[in-house]
Amino acid sequence: MAEGLTRAQARDLCERILARSTADGCQVNLTSGADGNTRFAANQISTSGDTSNAVATVSSRVGRRQASVTTNLFDDDGVARVVAASERLAGLAPEDPEQMPLLGPQTYREVPATFAATERLDAAVRADAVRIVADACETAGVVGAGFLQRVAGASAIANSAGLFAYHRSAEAAFTLTVRTPDGQGSGWAGTAHNDWDRMTRPASLAERAITKARGSREPAALEPGRYTVVLEPTAVGNLIGLLRFAMNARAADEGRSFFAKRGGGTKLGDQVVDERITLLSDPADGDLLESPFNGEGLPVPRTVWIENGVLKNLAYDRYWADKQGVQPVPFGGGLRLQGGTASQDELIAQVSRGLLVTRLWYIRAVDQRSLLFTGLTRDGLFLIEDGRVTRAVRNFRFNESPVIALNNLEAIGRPVRVAAAESGGVGGSVVVPPLLVREFTFTSISEAV
Amino acid sequence: MDRRQFLGTTAAGFAAAAVLPPPQADSAIRDLCLHALDAAKAAGAGYADVRIGRNRSQSVATRERRVTGANESETYGCGVRVLVDGAWGFAASRELTRDAVAHIARSAVAQARANRRATRRPVVLAPVDPVADGRWQSPIEVDPFKVPIEDKIDLLLRANEAALAVPGARFVNSSMAFFLQEKTYASTDDVFTVQHIYRCLPQMSVTAVDPRAGDFQSRNSAEIAPMGLGYEWVTRADLIGNAPRWAEEAVQKLSAKSVEAGSYDLVLDPHHLFLTIHESIAHPTELDRVLGYEANYAGTSFAAPPEAVLGKLKYGPEFMQVQGDRAQPGSLSACGWDDDGVAPETYRLIRNGILVDYQTTRDQVEWIRPYTGRTRSHGCSYAESWADVQFQRMPNISLLPGERDLDVDDLIAATDRGIYIIGRGSYSIDQQRYNFQFGGQVFYEISGGKIVGMLKDVAYQARTTDFWNSLDLLGGPRSYTLNGSFNDGKGQPSQSNAVSHGCPPARFHSVNVINTGRYRG
Repeated sequence: MAEGLTRAQARDLCERILARSTADGCQVNLTSGADGNTRFAANQISTSGDTSNAVATVSSRVGRRQASVTTNLFDDDGVARVVAASERLAGLAPEDPEQMPLLGPQTYREVPATFAATERLDAAVRADAVRIVADACETAGVVGAGFLQRVAGASAIANSAGLFAYHRSAEAAFTLTVRTPDGQGSGWAGTAHNDWDRMTRPASLAERAITKARGSREPAALEPGRYTVVLEPTAVGNLIGLLRFAMNARAADEGRSFFAKRGGGTKLGDQVVDERITLLSDPADGDLLESPFNGEGLPVPRTVWIENGVLKNLAYDRYWADKQGVQPVPFGGGLRLQGGTASQDELIAQVSRGLLVTRLWYIRAVDQRSLLFTGLTRDGLFLIEDGRVTRAVRNFRFNESPVIALNNLEAIGRPVRVAAAESGGVGGSVVVPPLLVREFTFTSISEAV
Repeated sequence: MDRRQFLGTTAAGFAAAAVLPPPQADSAIRDLCLHALDAAKAAGAGYADVRIGRNRSQSVATRERRVTGANESETYGCGVRVLVDGAWGFAASRELTRDAVAHIARSAVAQARANRRATRRPVVLAPVDPVADGRWQSPIEVDPFKVPIEDKIDLLLRANEAALAVPGARFVNSSMAFFLQEKTYASTDDVFTVQHIYRCLPQMSVTAVDPRAGDFQSRNSAEIAPMGLGYEWVTRADLIGNAPRWAEEAVQKLSAKSVEAGSYDLVLDPHHLFLTIHESIAHPTELDRVLGYEANYAGTSFAAPPEAVLGKLKYGPEFMQVQGDRAQPGSLSACGWDDDGVAPETYRLIRNGILVDYQTTRDQVEWIRPYTGRTRSHGCSYAESWADVQFQRMPNISLLPGERDLDVDDLIAATDRGIYIIGRGSYSIDQQRYNFQFGGQVFYEISGGKIVGMLKDVAYQARTTDFWNSLDLLGGPRSYTLNGSFNDGKGQPSQSNAVSHGCPPARFHSVNVINTGRYRG
């Protein structure tokens, strides 16, 4: 149970819940699993935790009325109460004109997203991994703070129309921020994957962050303005997710999205970014390994959002797809930005004067009409001169749109899986290359280190 | 005790039918708590605390004339935290049997032993006053879980209708959410408390669209704060009465003048300024950030190191007073005891413009004692739920009003060239809290002491201490208002905290304003 319900256990629990239903329709969304994490700061473990839980959301339908109730109590009484409560609540809700019929049985791709090495990441293994990093920092005379998280579990969906979906996964993330004792240097490194064995080893992670921290001392204060930048894969990952969140067909059709066309309609079929950009989702991609179904039980296919710079797809929920006469396009399946074969160093070598950006932080929407975002560089901003990194630069605030950045593309490198979640832990799977972009807009200096 | 008995003694019903008892020290839960503490001690813990929680929520969401979601949730569980030779361990589970809580207590101890190998300086806990049987409940007047859901849906749909009646208003989203955390806490330091903490969040947003210009603008219910109150707060929020004004302002924004970038005096409404306080005062004074414990996510702080800044850093003008508390009635952070079992203090973080203290928990006091002389925690420990380990979170952090009886009209009348900003908008600040950029909901141009029209595309960008030292006018006690942040993220894994910030309106001299609309093609 600690690692989530098995397929048989999940099916059994779903069937027990559905058997209680007296509504016109019923769906169960079940998640179960264990979250283990270890934090460290000042070169020692600070806190940690191991939590196991299982939660079911029961959605009942009475005619076109519907409501849902969530519980984590699964004895007979708990099951009876959650079903009764959802039916009572559904009976009180007004009719939903946008309700779609429950999906019947579906066929899903198998996504093998569990790995023995990841499942073995218990408190003792995590502590050992952290100790390697903390000892490296102590030996180097720097101060490390970081986070090692492992999430393992299963999700299942079943409904009264005969659908059953089940997916198991394990995923880990290890991120590290190293600061020099004088507070004048800060460097970051991170790694994430479903397979712990394919993640950057702790000693290498420490070395990367320590090197960045030392190199980021005594930064030069440059004038804000437009700079050529090499965005490391993590920084690209920070930006690219913003684009996907805006890819909602309904908002575009309603005229309240960057992807709405002036005068009506959407930008589907339009060239929106540089023709070298292809952005897709694919749950079965060996480096994405996301759930093969969404919350309704709809299979998540490989979806190309942008192909050679042309907007090919926006996400349609089932209602909006039906209304517009198209097939539904679910969100999900992680995110992959296709790239080339160039290494990051090869991109740097192409720059006569520019900046190397380690990662971006506190990114918030400023204007949805232009997909303008603001945020800051963090934990390693460096000057590139004549094809090589020459010195540290004081952090900048940027005001930029990922669409403009992807139009100002100069070169594209080799994609890698990144730990792009701002929280530094497990998040959606993102595989992106480093990018060389011209005229990236920085608007003010930040003294933050 | 099995789960059946637990339910029978704690929840007289479920979902909408539940009858909520006043906080009570249920003997079966108390027994489970003590059993977990005994198991932890037997396994070698030098200290242990346990939280058994029942988390309940209800939410209703609508758009235009349709209900998009009606949801309830009720989950239970137990979390045990232990210290073994100065190293922390924490484990949690939804299983609420004697065997299960003893098992997680032993798991926490095993984890602490593993962590001890990577511990250099052992944790030292500041003293806490014993509490034999403490009870606390949010000061609600109307239990939101007893109000029929039909009434809530009806209110939201009527508010939507009122907004849609305004010509040009195209889309409306509205929602209300209610939360109840029933928390029983016990520790080996002889603290036992039961608390029922309520929170509510009514919200609304209206969008106007001009398809020919490819423009759209939204106005949300920025003045309606999330609060630690009951359904009476939703009633007082008067969504139906306010909706037409919010809709009109969304429409007005389409044709508002785009701001000319430059330097302006800013008159900031309390429903905007609270978030600036949150980001630029409350976060930098979290002691864990100051000492590097949040460096990998939330960041560190410019207000460091303590020995260099306490009693010295001039945060703002001499009339600037900032308070930390968990006591203001109806505030989001209010409680009787924190998740260390400490009764929180009301205290000054900034006195006469000078930084004098930080936010602390029991395991942080030892770090700061040499510089503050304080030997006790301020009571800032909090965990999002039983499933999460507690750590230092901000209490309510509030800017106290000035002595003169001024209100926002007085501030505007005293301003020659400025912008009046209402409501929270886009906000971003660096990881040491120096450089920030904030937008808002609505902006008005002030000229010659009068509002002369609406502006759009406004954001201001500043350095924290420059900004606060430019504070030159402060509203009086009658203009002091609470607003709050309902989902403040911090920690790894990230936990959400709800916190209020009180302030009067205030004026800031000569702040850099940028135009955010200039990127539109």
